[in-house]
Formats: sequence, C-alpha cells, structure tokens
Amino acid sequence: MTSTDTTHPDTAPFLSLEAVRKTYPGVVALDRFSMEVRPGEVIGLVGENGAGKSTLMKILGGVTRPDSGTITVDGVAHDGLTVEQSIGSGIAFVHQELNLFENLDVAANIFFGREPLRAGPLKLVDRARLREMVAPLLKRVGANFSADAPVASLSLAQQQMVEIAKALSIRARLVILDEPTSSLPMAETEKLLDVIKGLKAQGISVIFISHRLHEIERVADRVVVLRDGTLAGTLAKDRINHDEMVRLMIGRMLKEREKAGEATREPGGVALSAEAIRTSTYPDRPVSIELRRAEILGLAGLVGSGRTELARVLFGIDERLGGSVALDGKPLNVGSAADAVANGIFLVPEDRKLTGILLDLSIAQNISLPNLPAHARRSLVSAGAELATAEKQKKNLGIKAPSVLTRTGTLSGGNQQKVVLAKWLAMNPKVMILDEPTRGIDIGAKAEIYGLMRALADAGVAVLMISSDMEEVIGVSDRIAVMHEGQISGILDKDDFSQENVLLLAVGKKPKLLQAAGGVE
Amino acid sequence: MSKKDLGLLILILVVGAVVTAINPRFLSAINLANTSNLVALFGILSIGQAFVIITGGIELSVGSLIALLGTLFIDFIAVRELDWPLAFVVIIVLGAVIGFVHGWLITRLKLQPFVVTLCGLLIYRGVARFYTADGTAGFAFGQNFPTLEFLTAGRSYGLPNSFIALIVIAIVMWVVLHRSVFGRYLYAIGKNEEAAKYSGIRTGRIIIAAYVICGVLTALSAIYFAMYTRSISPASHGQFYELYAIAAAVLGGFSLRGGEGSLVGVILGTVLLQELQNLVNLLGIPSSLNFAVMGGVILIGVLVDQQWGVFRARRRMIEATRQNVAGAPAE
Repeated sequence: MTSTDTTHPDTAPFLSLEAVRKTYPGVVALDRFSMEVRPGEVIGLVGENGAGKSTLMKILGGVTRPDSGTITVDGVAHDGLTVEQSIGSGIAFVHQELNLFENLDVAANIFFGREPLRAGPLKLVDRARLREMVAPLLKRVGANFSADAPVASLSLAQQQMVEIAKALSIRARLVILDEPTSSLPMAETEKLLDVIKGLKAQGISVIFISHRLHEIERVADRVVVLRDGTLAGTLAKDRINHDEMVRLMIGRMLKEREKAGEATREPGGVALSAEAIRTSTYPDRPVSIELRRAEILGLAGLVGSGRTELARVLFGIDERLGGSVALDGKPLNVGSAADAVANGIFLVPEDRKLTGILLDLSIAQNISLPNLPAHARRSLVSAGAELATAEKQKKNLGIKAPSVLTRTGTLSGGNQQKVVLAKWLAMNPKVMILDEPTRGIDIGAKAEIYGLMRALADAGVAVLMISSDMEEVIGVSDRIAVMHEGQISGILDKDDFSQENVLLLAVGKKPKLLQAAGGVE
Repeated sequence: MSKKDLGLLILILVVGAVVTAINPRFLSAINLANTSNLVALFGILSIGQAFVIITGGIELSVGSLIALLGTLFIDFIAVRELDWPLAFVVIIVLGAVIGFVHGWLITRLKLQPFVVTLCGLLIYRGVARFYTADGTAGFAFGQNFPTLEFLTAGRSYGLPNSFIALIVIAIVMWVVLHRSVFGRYLYAIGKNEEAAKYSGIRTGRIIIAAYVICGVLTALSAIYFAMYTRSISPASHGQFYELYAIAAAVLGGFSLRGGEGSLVGVILGTVLLQELQNLVNLLGIPSSLNFAVMGGVILIGVLVDQQWGVFRARRRMIEATRQNVAGAPAE
C-alpha cells in the first residue's frame, strides 16, 4: 500500500446522523440509524435491496424528511434537510441512472444552468471561459476525454466521471456514489476506484454504495451495513472482508456464495455455433463462438468489447453482417427475435426494465407473451391456461408476489429478473443467453439465479452468460470466453480461471496458462 | 366495463337528461335515429383509429381517405356503372392497401406515423379533388340502388342499419382487441415495443395489421358517409374527421402513447361527441361554436380524469398511513 491515509479520526465529522427514523405507509424504512462521515473518509454502504439504502439517500438529498432523529452537517443540527440545504452544504449524488444530457458536450453538462455568460444583452455562453472552468475539474477526476466530447460518445465510466466533475464543480464535500460500478466492466471499474481514491486525497468524503463487495473491500475506510432499515453493523478498515459483510447483510453466513454449483455432467456437443459473424459495431471483425450443451460459458470483456452486440445478433435483434450460424449442426438463419424464439434460442437482456419485461403487464401476461399461441384456443387467449403456466413458474422459481396477476413493475429487481427467466423456462430452451443477469439484484436472489442457470445446464441447455462481475464470471462459468474489441481473444478452461487471466485477455494480452498448449512460447 | 367507461356513460346520460329537460325533442324518434346513424358512421371510423392509437401510432389521413374513397365509390357505381358489390369490395381492398402502405412505411422504413399519415392527409385530399376536377361526385337524377341504400341508409325495427352494423363490428372488434392473441400483442407493443420484440413478437407485422384494420374500417365508413350525403365535394367532405376519431379515442380513455384504452371506451367517446354536436343544434347554440364546445368538453374530461386519478392515489396513501399508524406496535 502506497496510498497515504488522509483520514483524520480526530477531526470533527462533516456529517452525522443520530437515531434517524423514517416510516412509509406499511413499512419502517429506517429506524434508529446513526452514522458519521469524516472529511476525506470513504464509507462503503452495503445492504440487500430494501434494506433502507434508498431511504437514507433520499434523506441526505433532502427529498424526504425523517420522522425523527437529528442530522448534523458541519456542526449544525437539523431535524431534516431540504434539497437546498443538502446542495448548499456540499452533498452531491452520482446516481446509478446518470442524469446527463447525452446530446450536449461534457462542458455544457457540467455547468448546465450555471454557464458563464458574455457581457451584452444576448446572454451568450462564454465558451472559452467555460472550457477554462471545466479543464481543472476534468483533471481532478483524471478524465481522458475532452470537454468538447459529446456525452453520448463517452463510455459509462467516463459519463460517471462527468457526473463526479459536476459534483466537484459545486464544491462538493461529500460525494455519494449509488452503485456506480454495477454497469461497468472491470477495467472501467478500476478507473472509477482510482477516482474515488483521488477524491479522498483531496479531502472529499465519499459514500460508496455497491453490491460488489470486493470493490468495497478495496476502497472503503469503513463499512456501514444496513439490514431491514437498521444498522446491522460497522466494520473498521482492518475488519472489512467479504464474509463479514455478507454475514451482517443477511444475518447469517452464506455458504454457496457467488457460485452456481459444480457441473454435474460433462458438456455435450455443440448446440449453437457462430462462424465468422460480424456485428454492426465491429463490421470488420469476424467473431466465432461455440456454445455446448450442458455448459455455462461465461463471456467476459470490457464494456464496448462487443459482447452485448454478439448476443443481439445471435438473438436476431441486430442484423448479422456475414458469417453463418448453425443450431444442432444445421444452418440457421435468424432474421428476427421471433425466429430465435421459434428455434429455442432465448435472451435475458441486459436492460431488464426496457427490454426484459413489460412493467405494466401482470406476471402471468409477461410469462405467456412469447408463447401466447400455446395459451390460446382458436386465437383467443385462454386465461386458464395462462394462469396455470404462470402459477407453475411462480412456484418453480420462487417469485415473491401476492399473485400472478400482480403488475410486474411493482416487483423487486430480483423478482422481475425471475419473471424474465420464467417466460423462457416455460418454453424449453435449447440455448439460453443471459446478459448481465444479476445486475442490481441482491445477494439472496443472485444465488437463486445462479442455481437456475446451473439447473438449466444440467438439463442439457447451452448457457451463455455475459457478465462484467469478475467474481460471478469465475464462480459460475464452466469455461470463460473473453472478448476484446469485437473478437474472442481467448477461451479459458476451469484450471486457468483467475482474475488476472480474464483481465489480460480483456485487454488483448496473453493469459498465463497452466499447460502451455502447443510448445514453447 | 371499467370505471372509466362507467364514468363516461354517466356523463353521457347526465348531458342527455339536461338537454332533454331544455329541449324534449332530444328524445324524439327522428332525432335519436339521426344521431345513432351519425354515431355509427363515426364509430366505425373511430374503432379503426383506436387500433392504430393502441400501438402508439396515429392515423391523420382518414378524413381525406373518406373523401377520396367516397368519391371513387360514387364514381364507380354512378358514372362507371360497376356492380355495387364489386365497387364495395374494390373500395375495401383499396382501404386495406393504403393501410398496408402506411404500416409498411412506418415499420420497415422507420418513418414516424405522424409524418406518414400527415402526407397521406394531403395526398388523398389532393387526388380526390383532382379526380373530380374539383367538382362534385353524386348520383344522377332518378338513379338508385335499393339494396345498397337499404343496407347503408335504411332501417330495421326502427334502428338505422348503419347502427346495427356498428354493433356487429364493435362486438367483433371487442373480441379481437380484448380477447385475442393479436389484441394482446397490440397492447404489449403499445406499452413497450422494444420489450415486445425481445419477447419474440413480430412487432412490424402486428403494427402493419393495425393500420390495415384502420384502412378497412375507414373505407367502410367512407361508403357509409358517401351513401349518407349522396353527393361529395372532395374539397370539404370528411374534413377534420380524423380529429373526431382521435377525440373519440382520447375521450374513451386511450393514451396517445399507446397501450391503453378499451373498445367500449371509444364507442362511448363517439356517442358523447355526437351528443355534443346534437346539443349545439338543439339548444340553439350558434353552430359556428361547434368545435369550441367539443374542444372544451374534451379538455374538461381529460382534466377531470387526471385529477380524479391524483385524488384517488392520495386517498389510498392516507388510508394506508392510517392503517399503519393504528397497526404499528407501540415503542
């Protein structure tokens, strides 16, 4: 460790919460919660979905008032903050869903509504001065892009840097990062963790919320664990470790963490093979991949390496530019998702809420949707058949909902993801492609989804899991394929699984294999 | 029947009662027959529009189509002396083809529905005027088609046959929209086209089908309108009818974003619109205020509906809080 510890335990806390309580109709969201944040301190905030993290954020942001308790900012005690007080005292948020104008450039986003103006009645934006003001901010977050770059052209991590730069521009003293890495791949995550360390070095406090515990382990000075709206425990720096956090989060030890269980059978023959296919993102890079029956193939790589695009082509959403695809050895032309579905090739997409399910439809309607003709007599939907399928899937997958007629939008992320899985499981998949299947899902539901994937593989399905979560890729896959700039840069067998090897392949370097295949290198 | 539809029905009855109290002629047989005939004509048109709106689209060309197809129909049977059943089929097929072209442009060439159908609105009106050389299409003196006239403008058991046609069409379309696989797909696409596509639905085909249905029903209503007016000047015939159809759907609870609305709703919306037209006539309101009255009522209707939703949500919240406080354990 070379980083200097800039935390000063003796200094007065910048922010402290004392016995804060907040109730909503029907639930106690937060109760007897106390914590403090000192200048330059990085606090990891963890807890399962529904543990009260969002409520805490809303209270700190001044969006809701606590029922009771005290919030002290800079030595001034408040019963609750207003949005103005929150911003005024230097609390800034970087949300999971970024609030950027994609059509504007970086500089315009950072100073939106606060642009420096030129003298004169027209109030034109002083572009030169704006750029001068933005430059030091971008430098502080270690940005590798220019102030003129349109936000739409930036990667997610870069967009988050813009958000953080925005926070710095309003002289933030506490930056709250709400699951910033959940959509970032490994290398990008590294950059973000560096940015956090940079903030700390500048004396800015950080509250870092994440489901990815190994990231918390790496940057946090202290970990605050929430469970069921109460403080489950606080871990000092030397006690921060994965098992301890999980124990506090769920109140017990999780035995099979981040694992789908070992394969119980040998992988079968090739179910789906793609030969030299090209995607619109990398039209000059042919990619070939083989999915074997009864195997979970992990697909790792950086964001933008072409993994999602590959999945979209295999599922028929995007056009295939050349190459060929074969299912069970027979050539297959997938021109649309409907073709893929008809052939038993299913996709659990990356963006659950936009493409995975219809939030306004009921659980039963979502499950029957891809296979509606089978739930109909003479083209009229049979409510009975629909409910029967849904009830069966609800039971099999343990979907927690009052009834199968519940609107899917009201379910938790984990349960929504189970609905996505349920609609495909009800149809006997041959090939199942899952794109970031556990993003934004709490640990309990994660384990269940891993179990389902293993069960699918055991039943002979070829499973392709795209994931940016290193622990997940290594813990769940039987083999790992890694993509780099549109092509498969290597495939690792179980013996060669390591974070290092995956990362090396992801950046286009050679992995360190146990048995160097084919002679001297 | 949903609560929304029920509210609309009550509004229709209340307005009817008020109008009757002021002018009892509202309930006269002749007035009811006339109004129900108009409800039928606009109803068929509005059902077609509803199928497009449910997918999140819009069809602005229907008013012009009514002028063009009506002109052609009268020309076919009166001037070119085609057998009317043949002319009927030709017009319906034309409506379907035009609907298909609109759907194809929207789904395959990714043009916006508003733009495509706005161009249609201009093109069909222009073609209709050109076709008649800006004249009038009508029947020669003494020319008549007894069967056709009976079917379109005649009556059975005191009911206009057009109204009976509307009831049959409404029942069939109700089943299609609310009970069939196709109907479910329409709602799914309207709610979230992308997610529907990811569920393996051929969204393009379904959307095209919606425009074809709209084209067919518009063609049918074009024939009814032609036989109702019996003479068409293409410069003004059917003008603003697309707005009547859209207004009926919006009054009936359809969302222009798609995915919401019921068949009963659009019928009730049509009834209310025609009732308002009728009210303007019967209460001696200057007919120039016609559109203003319609616009005002729609605005009020949409406002009340929206505010009612907010009110109910708040009440639910208060109720839940009360229960929570009562049920919470003492601390």
